[in-house]
Amino acid sequence: MPASPILEAIHHAGRIILGKDRQIRLALVCLLARGHLLIEDLPGVGKTILAHVLARLLGLNFHRIQCTADMLPADIIGVSIYDRNTGGFQFHPGPIFAQVILVDEINRATPKSQSALLEAMEEHQVTCEGETRPLPEPFFVIATQNPYHQIGTFPLPESQLDRFLMRIEMGYPDQAAERELLAGADRRDMVASLNPCMEPGELIELQRAVREVHVSGALIAYVQALAEHTRRSPDFEAGLSPRAALSLLRAARAWALIDRRDLVLPEDIQAVLPAVAGHRLHPSGGAPTASSADIAAALVGAVPIP
Amino acid sequence: MQELWLFASAGMSLLPHVEHAPIWLTIAVGAALAWRTAIWWRRTALPSRWLLNFLVAAGSAGIFLTFNQFFGKDPGIALLICFLALKLLEMRRVRDGLAIIFLCYFLLLTHFLNEQGIGVAGFTLATLVVVTAALASLGHGGRPAADHLRQSVLMLAQAAPFMLVLFLLFPRVQGPLWGMPADAYSAMSGLSDSMSPGSISNLSLSGEIAFRVKFEGDLPPRPALYWRGPVLSLYDGRTWRADARQRKVSPHDTAAGPTYRYSVTLEPHNKHWLFVLEMPWKLPPDAILARDYQLLSKTPVRSRIRYEAQSHLEFVPGADESEVSLRRHLALPANNPRTRALAEKWRQELATDEGIVRRMLDHFRQEKFFYTLTPPLLGENSIDQFLFETRRGFCEHYASAFVFAMRAAGVPARVVTGYQGGEENPVDGYMIVRQSDAHAWAEVWLKDKGWVRVDPTAAIAPNRIEAGLASAVLAGEPLPFLVRTDLSWFRGIRFRWEALSNSWNQWVLGYNPQRQREVLSRLGMREPDWKTMTAAMAVLCGLLLLGLVFWTLHKRIRIDPTVRAWNLLSRKLAHLGLARRDWEGPMDFFNRVALSRPELAHPMQAIVALYIDLRYGKQNDQSAQQRLRKLVSNLEIIAKR
Repeated sequence: MPASPILEAIHHAGRIILGKDRQIRLALVCLLARGHLLIEDLPGVGKTILAHVLARLLGLNFHRIQCTADMLPADIIGVSIYDRNTGGFQFHPGPIFAQVILVDEINRATPKSQSALLEAMEEHQVTCEGETRPLPEPFFVIATQNPYHQIGTFPLPESQLDRFLMRIEMGYPDQAAERELLAGADRRDMVASLNPCMEPGELIELQRAVREVHVSGALIAYVQALAEHTRRSPDFEAGLSPRAALSLLRAARAWALIDRRDLVLPEDIQAVLPAVAGHRLHPSGGAPTASSADIAAALVGAVPIP
Repeated sequence: MQELWLFASAGMSLLPHVEHAPIWLTIAVGAALAWRTAIWWRRTALPSRWLLNFLVAAGSAGIFLTFNQFFGKDPGIALLICFLALKLLEMRRVRDGLAIIFLCYFLLLTHFLNEQGIGVAGFTLATLVVVTAALASLGHGGRPAADHLRQSVLMLAQAAPFMLVLFLLFPRVQGPLWGMPADAYSAMSGLSDSMSPGSISNLSLSGEIAFRVKFEGDLPPRPALYWRGPVLSLYDGRTWRADARQRKVSPHDTAAGPTYRYSVTLEPHNKHWLFVLEMPWKLPPDAILARDYQLLSKTPVRSRIRYEAQSHLEFVPGADESEVSLRRHLALPANNPRTRALAEKWRQELATDEGIVRRMLDHFRQEKFFYTLTPPLLGENSIDQFLFETRRGFCEHYASAFVFAMRAAGVPARVVTGYQGGEENPVDGYMIVRQSDAHAWAEVWLKDKGWVRVDPTAAIAPNRIEAGLASAVLAGEPLPFLVRTDLSWFRGIRFRWEALSNSWNQWVLGYNPQRQREVLSRLGMREPDWKTMTAAMAVLCGLLLLGLVFWTLHKRIRIDPTVRAWNLLSRKLAHLGLARRDWEGPMDFFNRVALSRPELAHPMQAIVALYIDLRYGKQNDQSAQQRLRKLVSNLEIIAKR
């Protein structure tokens, strides 16, 4: 099956990031579906390690952008500098020119920088001084934000949140996993010792295979029923957009592929629903504390599979 | 949302009762509703049970004090109203909501005990939709209002054919559909069995309908439209009264001229008499013709009734009247000396009775007499005062004075009351006779001619007879709005509305055993009795039910066979308590079943794999669908124990 290197990657990553198989799997699904990932959690729960591990296992190069309030778009994209030897301007690419990028604390960047970054994410290219430069393929952004200490930050507006295919939370490890983590070797060394599971070309091949996964009419009807419910039900302030429904299908295809299937089942939709729909839905009338998982569980329970 | 539906149902069910319930109850219920709405709006707590118990006791006591009892229509309805309002304050669970809804349904029914008009029926139907929508909202909270309304209308539409069948075929009993034994009839207006100055002119101010007539064939000429009612032959100096000693006679056989056939729909007036065109020839069944040609029913007319009759315009009734009877029609009290003197003078001057009658009518024509709705008040010798001083009067004054003078001159005479005229509704061809058409005229007995109708009003105000009241009275006099001739557009609307409510009365409220037999025999049922009706009702309801079942089945048949097989599997596993949850995907379902019943894992695996292929894969051929169906049917479910 084409997905076996992915399963291998999940297996290896799971030995470093303990007890977070589901998050690893979702991150890979996001990558395979050519989307971008937003991780919302406290510092120190393994966000950076996850990004590192994925880059390493998939044989991709990796850059990290630490966002600050005084960061400029040029700090992300790069600048043209006058070169005395050639007598012309020479472009010095910024950190965005990599295959896996970790954008740490994206909500600390100014809206201007945020939008430069998000534009690059959307278009897979950057435009600098009238020249359009393509970004490397595959191109995968993992952004993190700390949802709690919001003083001096620029929270991502709803429209920007929509650019991320998924939003996940890492969460604390359970007790057994934490004990193993504390007793085990240094994670950085472990990452350094990892070997890639696949060639970069192989990953692009897998991304193409995701698009081949069959989606039947009955399944489309289910996705429609879910979206329709969010639009009609008074429990939500606004329903899922057609783009959200498309994202749901894309992610579900990738999930099915990892599950070694060539067709999408309602279970695939249900599996990716919290990550894909969680940040796009807002429960109406209070209860802002409801987690993505709760919202998605309520939604799944309310819509019969046609 | 559910609360709002319940408030709306309760409000709409209570609204029509405002007119009939005691005022304090209306105010109290309004306060309770406002209180409940405020609780909902501010999300505060409902009142405690102690307070509610106190309110129940207070409400019941108030009702007992108002009506002096708990039994009967009005106190019963008042109790229902009170409990509905208090139940709203006790709305804690779904069960309470259901109680409110059923109270609303019951209260809706009680509207018909007060009124049965088409307007009430329309409002009740609208309320029914809202109450049923409230019922739907209790089942599925959180859906938009339009969904509940749609469901409610759909349910009622499905029920409508059953309603029609039951209405048409349920064996009817004689009597009003909504009668209650203790209903008060005091408010009914109409003629009475006595007449004193002012009694008919008061009635003339009412635009209410007295009865409706449908003629078969041509209408009689307007001046001949004398609808005979109570005949008054006893006079005490002020009031004319009917003679209670009545014997039954058969219709006279001296009639000549064209026959008019017609049916009368009489509004209830709580008296015995029925109105017919002078003079009746063929009587409706169950009616008695009295000696003075009054048509009487055996029981007071307490609900709208319909009867058919035939009349002739030319007749010679009572030619064989006995001496005793004639002498009774000459009796007079000893007052009004001037009139007596005048009559006696005429008696001596003129030879014949006819001459005296003509002389009296000439007197009315030649002297300055006025026809008015607002005559001056009269004292003790009212007829003297009227004939010689005021000379202003309404039909009862003229009829009364005329009969008095005739009797004084030795001509047997009596007063006849009833209605004169009528207005044809161009919309449905019914002739409407209103209270404002009430009239009084006289009859004198002449040798060889019997009782002859003499209408003194025709001598003073011929327009009253030719064209109706409005054209006869003096300008500027108050008239019922509806008989005024200057509002033609209004009358047009009024005609249409009255035609509509007439068909409602005829076909819905007046659907009695006779009507039912008529309709059913027109539908091809020969001699319908209650047995055939019940049988037809059962058969039709069964057919309707079958139709509805087929309709729902037809919707199911359109379901994909794959899904049908899948649903069958779920139903089979339901015997083990393992029915598929409707949001559960096939793999999750399989895993759950396999975990709880490992022996099913193997056969289930094949089914689920095939189902997934058919439903979510590219597989789409019929043989696979049949295979799936077979696999599911062959799956043996053996319940434990």
